[in-house]
Amino acid sequence: MRTEASPIQVVAALLVAAFLLAFLIVPVGRVFVVAFQAGDGGFTLVHFADFFRTSLFIESFWNSLYVASMSVVFASLIAVPLAVILARYRFPGTALITTLGVLPLVMPPFVGAVAMQLVFGRNGTVNLLLMDWFGFRLELMEGLNGVIFVQSLHYFPFILMNLTASLSNVDISMEEAGQNLGAKNFTLLRRIVLPLALPGYLAGASLVFVKVFDDLATPLLLNVTNMLAPQAYLRVTSVGLGDPMGYVISVILVVVSVAAMGLAALLLRGRDYATQQRGGGGLGRRELTRRGLILCWCFVVPVLFLVLAPHFGILLLSLATIWSFSPLPDAFTLQHYGTVLQETPQFITNTLLYCGLAGLIDVVIGVTIAWLVLRTKLPGRKLLDMAAMSALAVPGLVLGIGILRTYFDVKLWDGASLATSWIMLTIVLAVRRLPYALRASTAALQQVHRSLEEAAENMGAGKVTTLRRIVVPLMAGGLAAAFVTSFATAAVELSATLVLATRDVDAPLSYGIYIYMQSAAGRGPGAALGVIAVLVVAICTFAAHRFAERERSRRTRSSDPRAE
Amino acid sequence: MHIAATSRRGLLAGGAALGLAPQSVRAQAALEPRVVIVTSFSRDVTTPFVQAFERAHPGTRVEVQNRNTTAAVAFIRETRSAPPDLMWASAPDAFEVLKAGNLLARPQIDTSGIPERIGGQPTHDADGRYFGFAVSGYGIMYNTRYIRANRLPAPREWADLKNPVYQNHIGISAPSRSGTTHLTIETILQGEGWAPGWALLLEIAGNYAQVSDRSFGVPDAVNSGQYGIGIVIDFFGLSAKASGFPVEFVYPTVTTLVPANIGVIEGASNPNAARAFVQFLLSPEGQAVLLNPRVMRLPVRPETYANAPADFPNPFTNPNLGARVRFDSAVSESRYELLNSLFDRLITFRLRELTDAWKAVHAAEAALARRDNAEGRRLVAEARAKLTAVPVTEQQASDPAIAGAFRATRPDRPAAGRQAEYEEQWDRYAVATFGEARQLAERAQRAR
Repeated sequence: MRTEASPIQVVAALLVAAFLLAFLIVPVGRVFVVAFQAGDGGFTLVHFADFFRTSLFIESFWNSLYVASMSVVFASLIAVPLAVILARYRFPGTALITTLGVLPLVMPPFVGAVAMQLVFGRNGTVNLLLMDWFGFRLELMEGLNGVIFVQSLHYFPFILMNLTASLSNVDISMEEAGQNLGAKNFTLLRRIVLPLALPGYLAGASLVFVKVFDDLATPLLLNVTNMLAPQAYLRVTSVGLGDPMGYVISVILVVVSVAAMGLAALLLRGRDYATQQRGGGGLGRRELTRRGLILCWCFVVPVLFLVLAPHFGILLLSLATIWSFSPLPDAFTLQHYGTVLQETPQFITNTLLYCGLAGLIDVVIGVTIAWLVLRTKLPGRKLLDMAAMSALAVPGLVLGIGILRTYFDVKLWDGASLATSWIMLTIVLAVRRLPYALRASTAALQQVHRSLEEAAENMGAGKVTTLRRIVVPLMAGGLAAAFVTSFATAAVELSATLVLATRDVDAPLSYGIYIYMQSAAGRGPGAALGVIAVLVVAICTFAAHRFAERERSRRTRSSDPRAE
Repeated sequence: MHIAATSRRGLLAGGAALGLAPQSVRAQAALEPRVVIVTSFSRDVTTPFVQAFERAHPGTRVEVQNRNTTAAVAFIRETRSAPPDLMWASAPDAFEVLKAGNLLARPQIDTSGIPERIGGQPTHDADGRYFGFAVSGYGIMYNTRYIRANRLPAPREWADLKNPVYQNHIGISAPSRSGTTHLTIETILQGEGWAPGWALLLEIAGNYAQVSDRSFGVPDAVNSGQYGIGIVIDFFGLSAKASGFPVEFVYPTVTTLVPANIGVIEGASNPNAARAFVQFLLSPEGQAVLLNPRVMRLPVRPETYANAPADFPNPFTNPNLGARVRFDSAVSESRYELLNSLFDRLITFRLRELTDAWKAVHAAEAALARRDNAEGRRLVAEARAKLTAVPVTEQQASDPAIAGAFRATRPDRPAAGRQAEYEEQWDRYAVATFGEARQLAERAQRAR
């Protein structure tokens, strides 16, 4: 056990702290200060008292809590079986699930909403067909239950990715020990495997909870306004930036989110999830019996179909001439793709550049924070974690305005403003998506036993060498998950982008979708851009998955025939 | 769609050839090489104008920054040191906010040939800080397939929307979220009077399927057929129809024409090019672009209508259009924020309670039609009275002491209470009253 901090730890902590301070805390603080300001400019808590006296806000608070909890339950029902299939069985189509399993996260703004309505809405494909055939409709997209439905489909990949990464790090010897003690299939899964994979599950589940709790896109899409995040957003964008209540709600969102993360950490406290042997390289993948295989397909195919239905919707929309009050479009055309590729090819390269960089920044900072929290005794290290996580609860609009307020007068070499340059856009995307990478990195590091690092250090390796040669390679799967989540979700970020992007030539895809989706005629081209966004993310995810698999097989024993 | 694109190109070529040449050559010498526009208009609207302008002024490149109105205003506020050159958007209130913040310049613009007032409304800002380049009216848009499938009559007037057959078929965006809807609501209140206006609004609200949080959400949902009828600004309906969607748009008698505006921002780094762009929009060439099928807005120059399609609405020849209501912008301004908040408390956030109560009333009335009785009629009348009342009087709504509470951003005005206190009061009122009305109506259903 180390008791004092080494210089490298201090430097790393200071660098991360400086980054968070400069691009999250100071800008947001400059906007949030209104929440604590009385009419004469002095400090007051009266706005918080008002919050708790307003029945609508209290109701919204409970609604948000309910929706977030139920979404975790339903997301788990989708994600846990998929993850077990992926990690434990030799299942054809693993790469397919891993890739397609990320896509629900990539819901392009507006296009996703329109497609969702066209598929699941009150007069969407599903309901129109049900009406035609059976004379009834399902209220899939109505009220709080509609929000739970959409959120579960949307965010279950957080659990899937983190749990899969975690499962594949459970050492096979643990499982073998269980087997030797007489445990069989399901018992083995329940008593040995799943408990050991708990860090990954909790990382994913807490992300789902916090993300749903703080999300405003879906409630707004369904026009559900009596939830907390939409209330904050509606206040800020309609009553005005000077309105204290919007920021009071945001502060409360931050507090609840951090508390939820704290709770997840508390559940893990006092247990050790790391295993020492790394030669095993994860669970042995077993052959599926014929019946098992059929069972798996019977689960995987409908689930994939359900979660990807909005994406089929977007695809149809991008190929449709007119699609109105009918199960399928009137006719099909490729013209929208022509329009998009001709008018705005730069959107695609910009997205790759900004979101790729943002994902890398997130992985580096995420690993650093995770390492500081789990491996050092540095005072205040938990604060770094909390500060980074709070980005989840800060509305993009607020962060965007804070950045403008803080950095607009900082000029770049060519006289342009730093705040509206693509560099700042990349940083802001990184800040907004850092929580995803951080949770994934933490879960991955929790499973690496400290003795492996100590062994390296005993052999004379320095801290940096240990990190580079031992820790990071052992975490490869988790890091890939971290990068993919950050990258994929950054590719469809809109709210901060809308404030900061100034020129078409510098703008990412989501901005392009926004400008198309403001008019009836732009619906097709907007959807075409949406399809391109989804494809770009799918390709990158597939590549990351291949990378992680290669890392995995490199350190896997011969139990896996694919390993060299 | 293909036809639209071709005709646009033809239109532009015609506009450019129309003999702007001598002036533009003179003006060009002083124009900066670029001009930056912040706009809430979609690409479909901006692109034809930008192309036509660049053709007329080959030395100047136009940079368009698309933002929604809120983000645009926030951006201009935060970038005082080096702002964009032009703000180009519909909502007049956004321009009022910018003007109040001393963020709009006063360029010299030649507006000769454009009437001072259209449909009773001033076309340009009286202080010359922003200019109307097109006008828009509010009305009802409906999906023809949807109407036919659900066997609904096509609505023509606001009052038609009260009909119980439209239960769960109508959509609107919240006035707090959409400057255009705010003006629709304000127009109805001014045209019908405060209390009767609210009675109408609350009864129509009984038929709402949704209150959307952005203006384009409504035409989007009508285009897709999520619900059949939307209360929208005209160009949403007209341009959707022009793009091939099965929709129609009608102007009710009580409507007002409101200009869509452009203004030069104070401290703009390309003032000459900015001024040239405004001038171009107001010129006959610029006005002609408004008739492009993807744009479809009413021009402010009477002569432009000569080239318009057959059934295109013309405020200069149709005396009905916008003339019924004399829009009083002072009254509108005095209760702007209060009206938004009141609508949200009574309708947006309590839509479920409100529609449930109206459903019960409609069911009770249907029961009474079958089996009339005095007790039932008395109960329904009582329920209706509760559902059509508004907890704020017209005087209170414009009272600076009360309305001032809703202006956190304007500290100079005195406030009688805090916004949060009023809102809580209204929210309690809405929940209690709508609940009571529902119970009354349910008793009326059982009365005999």
